[in-house]
Amino acid sequence: MTNRKVNGTGAVLLALSGAAEAAYQWNLPAPVTRVASEIYNLHLVMMGIILVIFVGVFGVMFYSIYAHRKSVGHKAEHFHENITVEIIWAIIPFLILIAVAWPATKTILNLKDTASPDITIKVTGYQWKWGYDYLKGEGEGIAFLSNLSTPQDQITGNAPKGEHYLLEVDNRMVVPVNKKVRVLITASDVIHAWMVPAFGVKQDAIPGFVRDSWFRAEKEGIYRGQCAELCGKDHGFMPIVVEVLSAEKYTAWVAEQKKKIAAAADDPNKKWNLADLKARGEKVYAVNCVTCHQANGQGVKGAFPALDGSQLANGPRGRHIEIVLNGKRGTTMAAFGKQLSDTDIAAVITYERNAWSNRTGEVIQPGEIGSARK
Amino acid sequence: MSAVIDSGHARDEHAQGPYGGIMRWITTTNHKDIGTLYLWFSFTMFLVGGTLALAIRAELFQPGLQFWHPEFFNQLTTMHGLIMVFGAIMPAFVGFANWQVPMMIGAPDMAFARLNNWSFWLLPVGALLLVGSFFVPGGATAAGWTIYAPLSTQMGPGMDFAIFALHIMGASSIMGSINIITTILNMRAPGMTLIRMPLFVWTWLITAYLLIAVMPVLAGAITMLLADRHFGTSFFNAAGGGDPVMFQHIFWFFGHPEVYIMILPGFGIISQVIPAFSRKPLFGYSSMVYATASIAILSFIVWAHHMFTVGMPTAGILFFMYATVLIAVPTGVKVFNWLTTMWRGSMSFETPMLFAVGFIFVFTMGGFTGLILAIMPIDIQLQDTYYVVAHFHYVLVAGSLFSLFAGFYFWVPKWTGRMYDETLGKWHFWLSMIFFNVTFFPMHFLGLAGMPRRIPDYALQFAEFNEIASIGAFGFGLSQILFLWITLKVTVFGRGEKAGQRPWEGADTLEWTHLPSPAPYHSFHEQPVVG
Repeated sequence: MTNRKVNGTGAVLLALSGAAEAAYQWNLPAPVTRVASEIYNLHLVMMGIILVIFVGVFGVMFYSIYAHRKSVGHKAEHFHENITVEIIWAIIPFLILIAVAWPATKTILNLKDTASPDITIKVTGYQWKWGYDYLKGEGEGIAFLSNLSTPQDQITGNAPKGEHYLLEVDNRMVVPVNKKVRVLITASDVIHAWMVPAFGVKQDAIPGFVRDSWFRAEKEGIYRGQCAELCGKDHGFMPIVVEVLSAEKYTAWVAEQKKKIAAAADDPNKKWNLADLKARGEKVYAVNCVTCHQANGQGVKGAFPALDGSQLANGPRGRHIEIVLNGKRGTTMAAFGKQLSDTDIAAVITYERNAWSNRTGEVIQPGEIGSARK
Repeated sequence: MSAVIDSGHARDEHAQGPYGGIMRWITTTNHKDIGTLYLWFSFTMFLVGGTLALAIRAELFQPGLQFWHPEFFNQLTTMHGLIMVFGAIMPAFVGFANWQVPMMIGAPDMAFARLNNWSFWLLPVGALLLVGSFFVPGGATAAGWTIYAPLSTQMGPGMDFAIFALHIMGASSIMGSINIITTILNMRAPGMTLIRMPLFVWTWLITAYLLIAVMPVLAGAITMLLADRHFGTSFFNAAGGGDPVMFQHIFWFFGHPEVYIMILPGFGIISQVIPAFSRKPLFGYSSMVYATASIAILSFIVWAHHMFTVGMPTAGILFFMYATVLIAVPTGVKVFNWLTTMWRGSMSFETPMLFAVGFIFVFTMGGFTGLILAIMPIDIQLQDTYYVVAHFHYVLVAGSLFSLFAGFYFWVPKWTGRMYDETLGKWHFWLSMIFFNVTFFPMHFLGLAGMPRRIPDYALQFAEFNEIASIGAFGFGLSQILFLWITLKVTVFGRGEKAGQRPWEGADTLEWTHLPSPAPYHSFHEQPVVG
């Protein structure tokens, strides 16, 4: 870290002297869809126009500052109106604007055209993760949640940061190359925004409404983005990772996912013992609960309540189940009933009621969650 | 009232009102006293908001979480925005209006002197609620200064404090605006026709109308929010038949004119300073007035360009994009007029002129990035990234704040009768200018690379530019301590050489031509005749 500090100081000097370094990214990321390339070029054209105006306007200004100074004895002239000049410099910018509005309009029509997709995927924003449901096309029926996979130790500085720090997830969204993918975007709690710069896609995810966007990735690879709309505490910690595969590899991925789904399907009527269910619950807790209620169950004072020794986790189980299933209105406590299976919810509640100093000894069976849902 | 009439003549020699000490300030109905109160209040809030900004930049100096929990970081960004917009920039311009509008139109005071007192004294109450919300359970609101629902319905009591603070500050703004409009329309000296008014007065007249039009809209939005939070309504909750996006439409219908509320009086100040130091009349006076009015009118039909990524219908996107780029035309006219005013003038570069020229240079850059952001497909890439942060700091810091600095250095000789320290003033300009750009220029690149705003931690690819920005921010912050010293020196300590009635030879408005420095406590008891 100390090295980085030294580098930082050096970097300032470098940047000020105008020298470039490999780590600096000066422009939009390399586009991999047609829309993104159009945007990339539109931006270049705009920058060109701006550069010309900049040089013209400030050339005049700095020349004037140089030549028309009192200290060099320049005497002020007294003209203060010229209608012709004023009309000209209102009309010229107007014409320039029309010239750039035209290609921009074409790109807008293109990026709003979500018709006839090959694959349709629903993307749901949660506080603070993304959910992907493959609705139509190859892969239909696949559904998973995608959580940040960067370990807490790296964030708090107790471990060196990895290459894709904060831009890595446990389950990537996977799509085939050169296929039109329509994304239906929504949210379950507050507004999020799904953004993948290389695709030229950014769409707000609005709770209660479905919006759409689309992309056709022309190059295989892994593309990263982040939630772009402030959505609460972990807004900075819900990245988006999309893996673009060849058609064959995508088919293989779909088959593998289907197998996993079949294997992972839990029998909702299975009777679990305390140790197994608690172990599973600990994993569910680590993914869904830990950022607020903390690994030690102490929460964050004033913001997120403690579970360790709490009335909720030691009192009647019905209330505990209800809160986890339906959330708490007016707080960030989400309704996990919409996100997790009966078994996972049963597991996490069992864990919370038997972890830390909580010793209820109760085992909440998945069936109990199923009946609480009704 | 009879006492006032009896002592009518002697009043000109009063240095202050009937009370001394703190009561002078609490009971004052004098436009100069109230202007001073506004300016000190806004400066205090500027330092508070600036401290929050430094807390933000400290966390962002390096990747990883070093100082703050993410939720506290969100409180910092939110409160920095709210305090700077409602506590620093807006009241500062009202302070300038209080001091300058009566003197520039030849009026003895503001039209409603007691209302004026109340408009000001509401502000500390609002500020106390706003800043005090840091100390309530759960802390201050962390929903961003835009307080988008439904995130803002999730917040703790800090959100309610902010809502009430905004209500109070909004009421203050509306009363202040009514006062300014009435003063300008009714109390001008004989011969001071509307089309002869100094541009600063014109821009404030237009700004005051904007304020009256949109502050109630903000009040409506936050009241609906309050009802959603506590009274079970569902204005912004889809589950109850509401729409979260409706909040954004209402908010930005206020928010976009608000942007111009924070810059038009700045345009006015620059339009006074540039001719004064070019020793040449303002070029295109009437086109400046028309351009200001056009910007104000356009500001009501462009709000949804803040919402290009919510998923509007194509027709809506096209309308708002076309309307937005149109604003470049009147704004361009203004910049061209300022340059032509400088052209073939006889310029000197005292601190006010430095800030004015600096304003034109950096504000125009903010205008350029505004044009980039107005092009909707490009905005898709840049919306909610650091590019937007860079853009609005170029227009609000380099725009509003630098124009305020220019105005302060320009008029402080008239207010205090003493010249500020010119050497320190120049240092203040150059340090502010350089560190401002070191702070905010790299943010354009961060935004292009895709770094979202309002995040407490970031991927390693963003590290270098963030480091530079943080160093610049601390430099900029410390430079303002210098400004505090310059201000204290010339106002409170009364040091600096005595200023003549007209220390700037090119300044030709009434306060320079008709009033001594410092301007007497009661000025223009007899109206001057403008001819």
